[in-house]
Amino acid sequence: MAITEQAILDGLGKIINEITGIPASEVTPEKNFVDDLDIDSLSMVEIAVAAQDEFDVEIPDDQLKNLKTVKDVITFIQG
Amino acid sequence: MKLAQGAPGAKILAFGHYQPANVVTNDDLAKTMDTSDEWIQSRVGIAERRLASPDETEVDLAVHAGGKAVAASGLSSADIDLVLVATCTMESQIPNAAGRVASRLGIHAPGAFDVNAACAGFCYALSAAADAVRSGSAQNVLVVGTEKFSHWLDWNDRSTAVIFADGAGAVVVGPSDVPRIGPVVWGSDGDKSDAIIVKDRNSFLHQEGQTVFRWATTALHPVAKDACDRAGIDPAELAAFVPHQANLRIIESIARKIGADNAVIARDIVLAGNTSAASIPMALSRMIERGEVPSGGLALLLGFGAGLTFAAQVVELP
Repeated sequence: MAITEQAILDGLGKIINEITGIPASEVTPEKNFVDDLDIDSLSMVEIAVAAQDEFDVEIPDDQLKNLKTVKDVITFIQG
Repeated sequence: MKLAQGAPGAKILAFGHYQPANVVTNDDLAKTMDTSDEWIQSRVGIAERRLASPDETEVDLAVHAGGKAVAASGLSSADIDLVLVATCTMESQIPNAAGRVASRLGIHAPGAFDVNAACAGFCYALSAAADAVRSGSAQNVLVVGTEKFSHWLDWNDRSTAVIFADGAGAVVVGPSDVPRIGPVVWGSDGDKSDAIIVKDRNSFLHQEGQTVFRWATTALHPVAKDACDRAGIDPAELAAFVPHQANLRIIESIARKIGADNAVIARDIVLAGNTSAASIPMALSRMIERGEVPSGGLALLLGFGAGLTFAAQVVELP
């Protein structure tokens, strides 16, 4: 069974909290990483690496620039 | 055929370093490019760096650092029979730096060659020096890391201009009854050769920041641990961890993963920037000068950079 959107969101919230200190409750689908969460490009790499391990999906650097919102990452992970 | 008789081990006898006089702060850079002190400090961890004057060469920087290391070693120039210079920023590739550094330090007719493994270059050269002493190819070796990045930077490119800097660091390596320079763990990944590159003589340094950051924060802590394993050292025994000073976030990420719980972590990048092959000996030399690390303590060195290349070894501090 495919992983649910809510499960991915919960996992991302935990990862983003660990890497940036942003409360997981602020990590909601519509949030833009740069504009809303103030996450820089290097933290995005750390988040991608952690998400790869957590969700067993490869997120290459050339895809990172297309992942602008939390929803974009959820959709990418759902494949 | 006979083989030369070398020493049972090799050791670092002394350190030396040199930074150019010209201090460039983040605020100075913000006057000429779209950046800020906050941006640079939060992403790279640099507060200020030193840049050489236009007429100051990589060889000049190396002579200052190398001269200090030789003086501190208690040896004379006549005792040195091999000079290795790690650098990747030579303005002219011919002749090499090592011969000129030796000549200017009064070291007569030593073996002399340059090593280009970019930011890993010092660890490669240190390994070559230790092997030369152990094999009997050399008695005492001067190893210098020297870089003048300022003439390879596009001063309109904030992704590189705020990071790289100029400087030199040096050690003298000599014979030892027991090993005081551990086995090197080295390697490379040429598939990522475009990640840090100067394409040709008319180009500036280009770096794929995210690619390098991902590689450095995921591929290198096993190399560091492997270097400890091969030296028979538990990371908890380390007095210092001195990774290449690439980016403070990379340094702290690797440091968290290797279990060097009692080690002083080198953070020389804050006041020196990224000086590539010079960064490890310069950082350690300054840590020793400030009394932060004990004589006889063990330091883990980890170089990594363009190539991509990497190398690590454990050394005992003089």
